[in-house]
Amino acid sequence: MNRSNLYTFMYASVMVIIVAALLSLAATGLKPLQDKNEEIAKKLDILNTVGLGMEVGEADSKNVYVEAEFDKFITESFVVNAKGERVDGIDAFTINLTKENAKEVDKRTLPVYVCTHENGAQNYIFPVLGKGLWGPIWGYVALNDDFVSIAGVVFDHKGETPGLGAEINTPPFQDQFIDKKIFDSSGKFVSIQVNKIGIPVTESSVDAITGGTITSKSLEEMLYDCLSVYESFINKQK
Amino acid sequence: MFSSKNMKLLTNPLGDSNPITVQVLGICSALAVTAKLKPAFVMAISVLVVMTLSNVIISLLRKTIPNRIRIIVQLVVIATLVILVDEVLRAFVYDVSKQLSVFVGLIITNCIIMGRLEAFALANKPWDSFLDGLGNAFGYGWILIVVAFFRELLGSGTVWGYPVLDKIGLYDIGYENNGLMILSPMALIVVGIIIWIQRSRNKDLIESN
Repeated sequence: MNRSNLYTFMYASVMVIIVAALLSLAATGLKPLQDKNEEIAKKLDILNTVGLGMEVGEADSKNVYVEAEFDKFITESFVVNAKGERVDGIDAFTINLTKENAKEVDKRTLPVYVCTHENGAQNYIFPVLGKGLWGPIWGYVALNDDFVSIAGVVFDHKGETPGLGAEINTPPFQDQFIDKKIFDSSGKFVSIQVNKIGIPVTESSVDAITGGTITSKSLEEMLYDCLSVYESFINKQK
Repeated sequence: MFSSKNMKLLTNPLGDSNPITVQVLGICSALAVTAKLKPAFVMAISVLVVMTLSNVIISLLRKTIPNRIRIIVQLVVIATLVILVDEVLRAFVYDVSKQLSVFVGLIITNCIIMGRLEAFALANKPWDSFLDGLGNAFGYGWILIVVAFFRELLGSGTVWGYPVLDKIGLYDIGYENNGLMILSPMALIVVGIIIWIQRSRNKDLIESN
């Protein structure tokens, strides 16, 4: 049926106002819960990087378990700049990597998390963030206390293709990184190469994902960009 | 309430008027999410919720919607539902929402939903529309799950992430996964095989030319 222009116009306006009210109500009402979920997910990612927090599925309350483990094992977190000097007065956990990556390298503030295991061994954990094929990809890289080899990694993504690029968040892909070296024997920073399957794997390279070439290459780029800024800090620790 | 006419609304889309194999709608999402069983299942459930709710809402509003902006109204209803579902999931079941996030855009643009709103809900009562939405969502869902089952089994050797082929020892005798199955074109081949089987069983579906 055809209605007058006024009716159509009013109908559209009322509809938009109702929908806008509904959506903003839902967004603001649920925001605290969502923020909490994100914080817990981030803490769990950091713990998973060094092989902790694996019993989360058995915990009665995920939030309580993750908070407790995080407080127990992540003994220190601080911020450094690209020269490797500590910067005081900033909470590492609240740093927004998207904003940091947009700045010039020497103006960035870079978070570092230190994990102390029960046997006293320490891991240094660095966050990484980059662009995937469809959206952001991010993760954490933990170094052993020799500051050369990787203790573990965790990657995740916003919307990579399921079954292909999305495989970066699965154990078979991530386990390849364990014990790989981000510095070569002469001490030069080489990051980790993600090569097509078939190219021989070296101590600084891993296999890419079949059918996920762009995501794999983006991940390689992300590792180089986000770890190279820590080079001075790492060299000071050695 | 469940007259034979109403039951037809529910059962027809499962077979002879299946949205994917007969009407060939919603192919884009059938390609994208069927590499693994789990995302295909999550997608099927999400489409079920959005399709039935939007069908009922549009059916309730059908006498008031101005003809000239009806497509926009449909789009707004679908988009609102999808975003609301996403927000609720992110607040209460965060892990599921991480799975779903990639499909949100795909649900909004799913041609089956728009197609049912336009072809059915705008002209029928809410209860009928509810059944129609449900039927079409199931018709869409079962194809998705069948395609995903074969792609995951043959492409990755797993079912729902469980390594069946490894467990029965197929790799020991020299079996290899078919890497082609995890690439999206193979979804079309699998859908094509389903269409083939369906049309050879029901000749009425074959076009005369």
